[in-house]
Amino acid sequence: MIIDLITYFLRFIGILFLQILIVNNIELNTYINPFIYVIFILGLPVNIKPWKVLVISFITGVIMDSFSSTPGLHMAATVFMGYLRGFYLKIAASKEDLEGNITPSISQKGPIWFLFYAFILVLAHHFFLFFLEVYSFREFFRTVMRIILSTTFSVAIIMLGELLFYKSVKQR
Amino acid sequence: MRNLIFFLYKYYTFLLFFALEMFSFIVLYRYNNYQKANFLNFTGGVASQFYETVNNTTNYFSLREINDSLMSENARLRGQMLNAYYSDGFTQTSINDTFYKQQYSYISANVVNNSVTLRNNYITIDKGALHGIKPDMGVISSNGVVGIVTSVSNHFSTIRSALNSNTKISCMIKKNNAFGSLEWNGDDPTYSSLKYVNKHVPVTSNDEIVTSNYSTLFPQGISVGKVYSHSIEADENFHTIKVELHTNFSELKNVYVIRNILKEEQQALEALNKSDN
Repeated sequence: MIIDLITYFLRFIGILFLQILIVNNIELNTYINPFIYVIFILGLPVNIKPWKVLVISFITGVIMDSFSSTPGLHMAATVFMGYLRGFYLKIAASKEDLEGNITPSISQKGPIWFLFYAFILVLAHHFFLFFLEVYSFREFFRTVMRIILSTTFSVAIIMLGELLFYKSVKQR
Repeated sequence: MRNLIFFLYKYYTFLLFFALEMFSFIVLYRYNNYQKANFLNFTGGVASQFYETVNNTTNYFSLREINDSLMSENARLRGQMLNAYYSDGFTQTSINDTFYKQQYSYISANVVNNSVTLRNNYITIDKGALHGIKPDMGVISSNGVVGIVTSVSNHFSTIRSALNSNTKISCMIKKNNAFGSLEWNGDDPTYSSLKYVNKHVPVTSNDEIVTSNYSTLFPQGISVGKVYSHSIEADENFHTIKVELHTNFSELKNVYVIRNILKEEQQALEALNKSDN
């Protein structure tokens, strides 16, 4: 139990470092802005209490905000995604998944399931984040373009990361 | 009462979500423009300190570029020694001259955090209120205009970069002093656009664009960029001008914050006009 907590804590720090030090410096162009830190919230256990997800999302948002000097932006988007995650899992995960102690990952749910899971939630997060940042519908199609390209890029990095840390522990 | 508790228990996730989301929005609106420093102070400046540590390390990798840019700037400054009012460091030199009164002094600073790919980009620098920086000061680099100071903590300041939808910088075309407003359309960090230049004004490619004398933030004639392409839409009264910026925002390291000594005087005088109407 304690080991789990420490693992998650280190994972949390690692992912935030990765986002702030490396991914934030990928300056390809203004249309591609990947935000991969949401993978921490995506990777929380399925049977975790919903309020814990919300609080963790909120803390993640506060940290991201203070490192990108955008008060409130990441908080709002990440909490929104954390809330949607519960709904998505209720629909997409089977009953035994919800009761068993598993985490949403490629090794436990398969690549296609995880791709859909990551894509839909990251899309929701980016949609919220980018529209809140631009804060107008005047450049609607440009913003939508940025959302789609950034989401694709984020999901690609998240999938790569998942494959890199793939553990073949299929037996339960 | 029991029903109420049951209700709260049943929907506590939604209520928590709602509360957190409300809090985020309040923070987002309250701190959005000028009070952003409060938020940065609230988080203890940890982020800025962290960025400074990272920067101290990564600066070694770009020492050559920094040296080159400083040398070229030195060469440029040497060429205009007579009317130079640059000061080194943040100790401000003042020159006792009875004919030329000094209007601008410059505070040098290092960039500790920067972004160019968002729609609204901000820059953090390592000088703050203790060094004399206040909100609404102009910021330039050795190549050209960078942005405007939005908020200041004791040791750090955030700058709304020219690559931001809320930044509008008053500029003019150098050869004929035609005024326009520099606004970024969010597309490419190396280009911006100059708006509201009347269509009767002749514009050609490679015309130099400099800051105008209408702004209290920048001295007149700080270079901004040059005209990359221009056209007139059929139903418009203004040119559509694409400006190639001289400042390379993605490799920004050293900047100068401009203190306009006469700004308060000018604004106090203009405020009188406003209350007059």
